[in-house]
Amino acid sequence: METKKRGKLLDVSGLRVSFFTYRGEVKALNGAEVWMNSGERLGVVGETGCGKSVTALSIMRLIEDPGEIQEGRVIFNAQSLLELSEEEISRVRGTQMTMIFQEPRSSLNPVMKIGFQISEAISKAKNISTKAANVETKEMLSLVGLDYKRVMDAYPHELSGGMAQRAMIAMGLGPHPKLLIADEPTSALDVTIQAQIISLLDDLTDRMGNAVLLITHDMGIVAEFCDKVLVMYAGNSVEYAPVKELFNDPLFPYTKGLLKAVPRVGRIDELEAIKGSVPDLVDPPEGCRFHERCPYMMEVCQTEMPVLKEVKENHYVACHLY
Amino acid sequence: MKTATATKKSTPFMDDLRHTIFLWRKSKLTMIGSVIIAIFLLVAAFAPLIAPYSPTDQDLSVRLRGPSWQHLFGTDQFGRDIFSRVIYGSRIALWIIFLVSVISGSIGMFIGVVSGYFGKIVDDILMRITDMFLAFPSLILAMAFAAMLGPDLTNTIIAISIVSWTTYARLARAEAMKVKSQPYIEAVRATGGGNLRIMFLHVMPMCISPVFVQLTLRMGTILLTAAGLGFLGLGVQPPTPEWGAMVSAGRSFLIDQWWISTFPGIFIALVVLGFNLLGDGVRDMLDPRLRR
Amino acid sequence: MNFAAFLIRRLILMAVVLFGVACIVFVIAHLIPADPVGALLGGNAPAHVVDEMRAKLGYDQPLIVQFGRFISGAVRADFGTSLRTNKPVMEDIMYYFPATMELALVAIIISIFLGITLGVISAIHRNKWIDQFSRVFSILGVSMPVFWIGLILILVFYFRLDWLPGAGRLSLFTYAPPRVTGMYLFDSALAGQWSTFFEALKHILLPAIVLGYSATASVARITRASMLDVLRQDYIRTAKAKGLKRKVVTYRHALKNSLIPTVTIIGLVFGSLLEGAVLTETVFSWPGLGRYITTGLLSLDYPSVMGGTLYIAFIYCLANLIVDIIYALLDPRMRM
Repeated sequence: METKKRGKLLDVSGLRVSFFTYRGEVKALNGAEVWMNSGERLGVVGETGCGKSVTALSIMRLIEDPGEIQEGRVIFNAQSLLELSEEEISRVRGTQMTMIFQEPRSSLNPVMKIGFQISEAISKAKNISTKAANVETKEMLSLVGLDYKRVMDAYPHELSGGMAQRAMIAMGLGPHPKLLIADEPTSALDVTIQAQIISLLDDLTDRMGNAVLLITHDMGIVAEFCDKVLVMYAGNSVEYAPVKELFNDPLFPYTKGLLKAVPRVGRIDELEAIKGSVPDLVDPPEGCRFHERCPYMMEVCQTEMPVLKEVKENHYVACHLY
Repeated sequence: MKTATATKKSTPFMDDLRHTIFLWRKSKLTMIGSVIIAIFLLVAAFAPLIAPYSPTDQDLSVRLRGPSWQHLFGTDQFGRDIFSRVIYGSRIALWIIFLVSVISGSIGMFIGVVSGYFGKIVDDILMRITDMFLAFPSLILAMAFAAMLGPDLTNTIIAISIVSWTTYARLARAEAMKVKSQPYIEAVRATGGGNLRIMFLHVMPMCISPVFVQLTLRMGTILLTAAGLGFLGLGVQPPTPEWGAMVSAGRSFLIDQWWISTFPGIFIALVVLGFNLLGDGVRDMLDPRLRR
Repeated sequence: MNFAAFLIRRLILMAVVLFGVACIVFVIAHLIPADPVGALLGGNAPAHVVDEMRAKLGYDQPLIVQFGRFISGAVRADFGTSLRTNKPVMEDIMYYFPATMELALVAIIISIFLGITLGVISAIHRNKWIDQFSRVFSILGVSMPVFWIGLILILVFYFRLDWLPGAGRLSLFTYAPPRVTGMYLFDSALAGQWSTFFEALKHILLPAIVLGYSATASVARITRASMLDVLRQDYIRTAKAKGLKRKVVTYRHALKNSLIPTVTIIGLVFGSLLEGAVLTETVFSWPGLGRYITTGLLSLDYPSVMGGTLYIAFIYCLANLIVDIIYALLDPRMRM
């Protein structure tokens, strides 16, 4: 099925990924869709387990046993990533597309110096020697607010969480990628440090002009940092809109519920929780995966999977209500 | 139309158990190990029914005969049936493994818990003592103890127990240190629980699991040490059919009557193999990081 | 704490431990119910001769005094005189130890190379046939009793095939090379006596393989487990995300981390080699320290048992210290 390409930099459609565990096949992604243009900042939100990280890892083709990408199309920079050989995809990774992770201290190699790890990324991406890369590494370290004299020769366990994440950002942006994927980069950090890191990302992305795919469950960060938002639920992409539009007029019932549940200064009404809980992905409900918890459920919702379509200008939703 | 089916009511414990059994069956090697040990236990239990002859009866008219239908593993220099001796030897092996495990496990756990719980000076002293025992390759120390006490079955058990407790002490200590700083221990103390009570009722039970796993892993080593002592003449003495001693006894006849040394050795290897396979499997299954 | 402080601390610890070991050794030796002097002189010696001998050897002194003499002697590397060989124990030890050392060294070299290679390959090609084969090989290695493997190999390679010799370090007709280290391979190579070298090599091959087999198995198992563990870590995922090639990820990022437990195991393995040496030396009639101690135990030769055991404990502690140092060098987190 030929879907219209929506994103010029990144276009993911029909992504189906499963994990084969002792309990059976966990259908983690059920036809997920993502799209981005150059320089854009997309926030991907959803509950834990909705498939945000799996989507990101699939784009990077880092899904491994017992997981498997079963179907889908990932077009990045005019290349179909899922069809590339191992050799070709490793040329894309780390050069045009980089990724940073949630736990910075365990994501850095404990027996290697920070400076080396960053230089390694840069030298691989730009095809220069490690020595030449060291110069750039020092620059990057300063840019992320670290004292390169201390950090170049330091080991990961010597840094605090915030410092380590800054180092990871240096490693992710050093190669000047077209797209930086950040998988919950602040979730493991203190609130005050979170703000610093987001502000740093903001700054650097402005300067370098790369696109950012930011995975998070924190709507506040989305509001502050992102241009567009993609909401995921139980392995599907259910809503997409520019940030302001989403906050003003959430269409998908889950999104509505999500925004109602976020505490905000100035709110006086009670926080509302969405009733029910996330479906079991080994045995997911048929039709729309949210239908069991949806206050607007209709008969068709129980049988047919809704398609993600544009219902307002640049506002997409996958729901039978529209 | 499929409505959401009510999934079978299952507690986390049942899930865990199911996952454990899944992992156990998935690994062929662990299954093989379990089978070997099961057979070993059965043979030891039913030795008199399986062995065709008595292990100590001598019949010099059939001495040094090779494997045949009357004597599956041949006969030794005294005309004793090797097959029967090997079968009865499994009882000796089982006895040694069992007792050493219980004794060394208990000593180790006790010392470890005391050390980890009280900390500071007590810990330092006990750990230095542990280090001293660890400063020897254990066989050599066991040899010394066995020689000193006099070589026989009981002393072999004591000797091996003395050199084996250190691993369990370390494990128990690590667990104890983890547990003692848990909030619920504070709670028990706040309700008036004394040190002894806390140690035995709360801390020690937490240590049982890792110590138990380690015990399984080391059962093979215990058998090898006992066999080594037997081989050197410092362990169980003839005519008791201990496998190591039997291998040694056949040494001077190795050229022409290879069966005297070979068969007991095969059995040692098989049983240790069984314990190792099983132990490996148990360890892999219980390691939280390897469970997927 | 910097490196020097780390080292000094460990050395002091080692001294304390060895002292404790000396205590244990002394206690064991002196609790032997049998009477070594009586054994030495034979059952029929008249009582007054036995008493005289005992006084001469100093065994009639109170235990504390004997202990004091033992310790002061030990510190000066003087363990007294062997009741059996009538030579200073230290001299005996120096004579027999190189044989054991040589055996252990050859065994360890084999085990490190073979073991690490097998372990890494196994981890990378997990569950394929090479992995299955090496796992079976390894698990057999730690399951089969050393002395039995030795006997079987002698049976096959000496008695039946006559390819390799079954006992001793050199054949009856070969003279030992001029003594530099006491290790025949080294000494003969040094002296250019190549035929002696090959004799020694032929003789050491079987016992070293036997001794090294279980060590190889241990090293392979731990390398494999460690490698698998490392490959599952977050930082390996990061390395892959950087687009580094498989080989780079495996060898540059994973290997150093996975060698850390391997190095620790080599320390333990060395200990098991010393144990195994005792058994292997008996099987192959190898004139090393293991056999010396065993004979000493069986003939109730106090001084040689105490001295030999203490010496082995010393070597073992030293080996562990070296392992700890290497460990600290490999893993920056350990340089507390």
